[in-house]
Amino acid sequence: MRYLHRRLIHATLLVVGASILCFFLTDLAPGSFFDEMKLNPQISSETIAALRTQYGLDEPLPIRYERWVKAVLKGEWGLSFAYNVSVRSLIVERARNTLVLTASATLLAWLIAVPLGVWISSQPGTWVDQLTMGGTSVLLAVPELVLVLGLLYLAIRTHAVPLGGMESVSFGQLGPWDKLRDLGLHLAIPVTTLVLCSLPILVRHVRTSMLEVLQAPFIQAARGHGIARVRLLLRYALPAAANPLISLFGLSVAGLLSGSLLVEVVTGWPGLGPLLLEASLSRDRYVLVGIVMCSTILMIVGTLIADVMLVIADPRVRLE
Amino acid sequence: MSSEESKCAFALTLARTVGLSKKYRQRRPFSRKSFCIDALTNVDLEIPFGSVTALVGESGSGKSTLASCLGLLEVPDRGEIWFEGSEISRWKSRKVAPLRPRIQIVFQQSSAALDPSFTAAEIIQEPLEVQRLESGPKLRMRACELMEEVGLSPDWAERSPLEFSGGQRQRLAIARAIALKPTLLIFDESFSGLDFSTQAQMLTLVLDLKTAHRLTYLLISHDLSLVGQVADFVAVMHQGSIVERGPRQQVFNNPLHLQTRQLLRSVQTLESAIPAAQTEGWQ
Repeated sequence: MRYLHRRLIHATLLVVGASILCFFLTDLAPGSFFDEMKLNPQISSETIAALRTQYGLDEPLPIRYERWVKAVLKGEWGLSFAYNVSVRSLIVERARNTLVLTASATLLAWLIAVPLGVWISSQPGTWVDQLTMGGTSVLLAVPELVLVLGLLYLAIRTHAVPLGGMESVSFGQLGPWDKLRDLGLHLAIPVTTLVLCSLPILVRHVRTSMLEVLQAPFIQAARGHGIARVRLLLRYALPAAANPLISLFGLSVAGLLSGSLLVEVVTGWPGLGPLLLEASLSRDRYVLVGIVMCSTILMIVGTLIADVMLVIADPRVRLE
Repeated sequence: MSSEESKCAFALTLARTVGLSKKYRQRRPFSRKSFCIDALTNVDLEIPFGSVTALVGESGSGKSTLASCLGLLEVPDRGEIWFEGSEISRWKSRKVAPLRPRIQIVFQQSSAALDPSFTAAEIIQEPLEVQRLESGPKLRMRACELMEEVGLSPDWAERSPLEFSGGQRQRLAIARAIALKPTLLIFDESFSGLDFSTQAQMLTLVLDLKTAHRLTYLLISHDLSLVGQVADFVAVMHQGSIVERGPRQQVFNNPLHLQTRQLLRSVQTLESAIPAAQTEGWQ
């Protein structure tokens, strides 16, 4: 409990530090939301100045930061210049959509990677191992954008799955099962892309950790006791190989909001990706800061979860 | 020699290797060319029933590879392994399974040889359960009995192996090994890394266990002074081959091979160096 308490304090300080850095760095970027308005002859400079005052952009940076912190504490996260609504209301819905996509992809990737990595680690050097390693090398070399475009091309040719978006036009009239099926079909391309991108890294990590553990004397001793191969792999080797995998799982959790931005933009998934792109282009500062802070918080939560899991899983860490 | 003749010839021998060879294929970093390391070359070794046979040699001489082959953890490339009158080197894993409990190895690094996620009792219980030697509440009772037998308090049954000292961990590893009622126990540098006093205690323990459980030992070590105290037979390994073997007195008093003489000389140098260092500067 003391460890958890210490880690929570550490995490809170990290969030505060990250928010200061994020807020100040965003402010350093050239241009603002109202600069584009200057090009419009129908909007006078007085109107722009009045808008700047209304949104508090004339105030010094520390004052603006203080106001933003107060807004965060109220649960509003500031105001979007483009939509004129609170950033929270914008982010929550988009983040939910992003989580549907990334959580499905992360779950699927881990469900494939762990058994595959364990299986190939039990037969190193065989054709199965070499084929898998070759396949993962190819996937690692292919950029995410090429993969998603390739899958979109296949979808165009086969008409098997929808090309973009999150739901069909008639989604509202569908029954619960049909809604689920519709969502599943729309998830097919972005989820497959994300799985193919993360799978090689996960499989290689599982394989390496397992190979290292399988050479350990306690595994050799267990073999000597006549313990069956499957039990040896799952009951002995996998828990012992879990440490680096738990850290990697923490990173997977951390990337839940930020790992799919490009795929969302290309496939038109209404998540945080397109919103972040829009906010960056239009200098919608508080939306930008809000999205970055959400990703940062998830990153910190992910590493915190991984650290706690490590303490639970490994008695060596507990004793330290 | 026919199979029946071989069985008769080895009647008094618990284990024997004939012409055992093992190579490891290696590859240098950033190179496609592989090369072979001859870990074992035509090794003939005999381990009589109830004896303590010592296998000595410098690091990298192939002692641990031989132990792995005898312990059925490695498959030799060539040669034969005879155990209790049967040639077992080519046996399939299913046929080998019932034989595994009879040959146990106690490894060098006690900290790495015990699964840290298990408690002391679970470490001993696991092989008993897997081999269906005990079940239910008897399982825990047997584990505690074995802990007591090797000089560990049963009160420590719930402790993690990480909470034990090096000597205590080796005792735990020995308890786990004898749990399966083996006939051949291989100590692969099990006592190196322990201080002299703990080493002496461990030697006393293993000799007591040998009598109590009618065990046969293969003691692998690079420490001839340790081997000299307990071994009945000594085999000296050098670059994957056994270069000299025989009864302990014969090998120690009348070493024929240069490698044996060098190993003996290093012990004598060390023994004379310790008192000299003690009188000169240790105070």
